[in-house]
Amino acid sequence: MTTIATVGARLGRLSLGLLVPVLALVVWQVAGSAPGLSSIIPTPLAVLRGWEQWLFAKPGMGLNPYLGTWVSNVQYSAYRVAQGFTLAALVGVPLGLLIGWSRLMSNLFDPLIQGLRPIPITAWLPFSIALFGIRDMGSIFLIFLGGFYAIVVNTTQGARDVERNLMRAAMMMGATRAQLLRRVVLPAAMPSIFTGLRIGLGIAWTAVIVSEMVAVKSGLGYVLWDAYYVGRMDIVIADMASIGIMGYLSDRLIVFVESRTLVWRQLQSH
Amino acid sequence: MSDLRISGLDKAYPGKTAAQNVQALQGIDLAINSGEFVALLGPSGCGKSTLLNLIAGFEPPSAGSLLVDGEAVTKPGPQRGVVFQEAALLPWLDVWENVVFGPKVQGLPASEYVPRAEEMLRIVGLADFKRHLPVQLSGGMRQRVGIARVLTLGSRVLLMDEPFGALDAQTRLTMQELLLDVWQRLKPTIVFVTHDIDEALFLSDKIYVMSARPGRIQSEVPVPIARPRAIEVTTSDAFNAMKRDILHLIRH
Repeated sequence: MTTIATVGARLGRLSLGLLVPVLALVVWQVAGSAPGLSSIIPTPLAVLRGWEQWLFAKPGMGLNPYLGTWVSNVQYSAYRVAQGFTLAALVGVPLGLLIGWSRLMSNLFDPLIQGLRPIPITAWLPFSIALFGIRDMGSIFLIFLGGFYAIVVNTTQGARDVERNLMRAAMMMGATRAQLLRRVVLPAAMPSIFTGLRIGLGIAWTAVIVSEMVAVKSGLGYVLWDAYYVGRMDIVIADMASIGIMGYLSDRLIVFVESRTLVWRQLQSH
Repeated sequence: MSDLRISGLDKAYPGKTAAQNVQALQGIDLAINSGEFVALLGPSGCGKSTLLNLIAGFEPPSAGSLLVDGEAVTKPGPQRGVVFQEAALLPWLDVWENVVFGPKVQGLPASEYVPRAEEMLRIVGLADFKRHLPVQLSGGMRQRVGIARVLTLGSRVLLMDEPFGALDAQTRLTMQELLLDVWQRLKPTIVFVTHDIDEALFLSDKIYVMSARPGRIQSEVPVPIARPRAIEVTTSDAFNAMKRDILHLIRH
């Protein structure tokens, strides 16, 4: 039960946490209004005005691409992240389970993954454009790659760390190898899998921005770089904030699914 | 039910060099009859848990033969139910799902295992805790689930690896009485590993005292205390005399 006292305490903590950011915004607003600075960095209020137009203004009036295109650009980026990340999870989780569980699979795939992993996803950009051209697939490929490493490595670790006696208990009860994988290794690795998904999703947002700057002509990353080129720093900052919000919301989504899936784990840590 | 015949059983773990090989078990001969309650008693490092793991089929022996009902043990299976020291319940499954895990993976029809699982949970006193997760139970209750699980499995041999070792004295006593009660009713063959002399004497028909490095059966001590046994026998003169003898055996 939530009492008035705990609500009060929570509000108190919240307002304390807001104190420093609000103060920083005020300082920024005052300092940014100074004649020398305002031409380089827009004030928070100027950013809000630009953002508002980007959000709500009627598109297509004149040549301004920053009128009313926010929703569609967020959708482009989010959709690419969703596709690349889903692909990464669909490949990374099963492969990670198999690598963590079977010596043969580990010997087959682990050297390849560990060998490719030190290459930053940004270094894959030219390769990706050469392969897929300036199209969605180039962006999705990078997102997939970024998410995949985190997911496969964490899943592998989770599958390797299954308590030996849990495996023995299941074998003693007559579980076949396939049943061990499905009914013991998978659920036991779930906490690690979620860790991998969360890290992977963070990298996926990095990958979508980088790839949109170069490999496609739409999305938050494209707008970010484009706005910089035409000197619209208000849109640059509004775009940065948008990326942050989207990253945060998608992380919350995974945490929500995790808390529903891993009730046993939550209870354990209390 | 089921008998065990073990002869010339060796278990060695390879070290970096041949000189560093660890001889965990050497020349183990055991004949355990159907429905017998046997204790393996010895200090830590004497190989009693290793012996249990070999009988369970978790590890292969280096040499010798290991027969259950005349058949060689090659892998773990429901015929030999294991009760682990830390219960080893699947933490994401509730009590009921843990207890019926075995019959479910074996593909038995629910009509066959549901009544048995219900009965076994009643016997161990957990009928009201079916929907609890293992983490919500005390150590003693988890161990009851571990016992109900192998009973539901219909194991004819129960292998118990210091199952009450981590429990407090009071709970341990309750669990020992519960186990004796279950054994009297269902008469499985039980191999019970412990380092507690009182526990071995109170529970078993026969105690195999083991010695370490390499692990061997040092002596076989029959326990002729009448059954059913109540906790009072543990303070009788006969009990104490046997305890004294075993203490001498362990300390040479």
